[in-house]
Amino acid sequence: MKDTWKLGNHEFTSRFILGSGKYSLDLIKAAVENAGAQIITLALRRAATGNVANILDYIPKGVTLLPNTSGARNAEEAVRIARLAREVGCGDFIKIECIRDSKYLLPDNYETAKATEILAKEGFVVMPYMYPDLNAARDMVNAGAACVMPLGAPIGTNKGLATKEFIKILIEEIDLPVIVDAGIGKPSQACEAMEMGAAAVMANTAIATAGDVPAMAEAFRYAIAAGRAAYLAGTGRVLETGAAASSPLTGFLAD
Amino acid sequence: MIKVNGENRDGFAGKTLSELLCGLGYKELYIAVELNGDIVKKDSYGAVILKDGDCLEVVSFVGGG
Repeated sequence: MKDTWKLGNHEFTSRFILGSGKYSLDLIKAAVENAGAQIITLALRRAATGNVANILDYIPKGVTLLPNTSGARNAEEAVRIARLAREVGCGDFIKIECIRDSKYLLPDNYETAKATEILAKEGFVVMPYMYPDLNAARDMVNAGAACVMPLGAPIGTNKGLATKEFIKILIEEIDLPVIVDAGIGKPSQACEAMEMGAAAVMANTAIATAGDVPAMAEAFRYAIAAGRAAYLAGTGRVLETGAAASSPLTGFLAD
Repeated sequence: MIKVNGENRDGFAGKTLSELLCGLGYKELYIAVELNGDIVKKDSYGAVILKDGDCLEVVSFVGGG
């Protein structure tokens, strides 16, 4: 059976959501293809005039566009950005970022839940980026979110699963897809998130700051697929003390 | 005078939004527009007549996480 997952009514097979920030437009196609990604994030900014390249021309057809509300400091600003993003005409997906802390870029869960409620009612597929707090995650669910996107570590740090224990709680308790977003710096960390039972992983900086962008996108693809396969297989138990031989304890040559 | 993305632009009062966008080099396919805080639907660009003091935000997608 095909291993799929859903956001709203949209079904996906790839569990790698790719960011498009901080690397050349010329590398986007290769990165998407090597990542096997079906979803790519974008930001909305004041448009440039004149004959400048537009990112939409570089994204392969059929890839779902996921605009974010970066730059929003509260729910009101996030809602404004989301409505504008939808008006560009590339679908109903929106990743909510409400950030008023400019040093650590930590999301404001309260404002994020407020924006989630407004936008879900307007028919958006709402994907809230959040600090992994169980109560707040429940608020997102009640507000109509399509998933929750807890951070592994602050945005752009490549520090990995610093919030691991709390993401595990969300995976246990929240019935929507849990997508680990932000902080994932290496394929091994993406793999671990998937082994824990995350529905998907989102990464941008890890790819953008790699020596070879398309090659790192491919490395993440394999790691995410491996982690997912391990989760489905069920990881083996851990012995707290002692050891357990893997080879038979009979028939030794000295007997 | 009409303010477009924070910059004052002369000569577009009385013209349509489409004329301004075209005149300034924006590609309608890639953008969304707010006029005085309200979104203008793409199919209305040709019908909206601009007036002195209007404030426009013209946005498009860029790379981002």
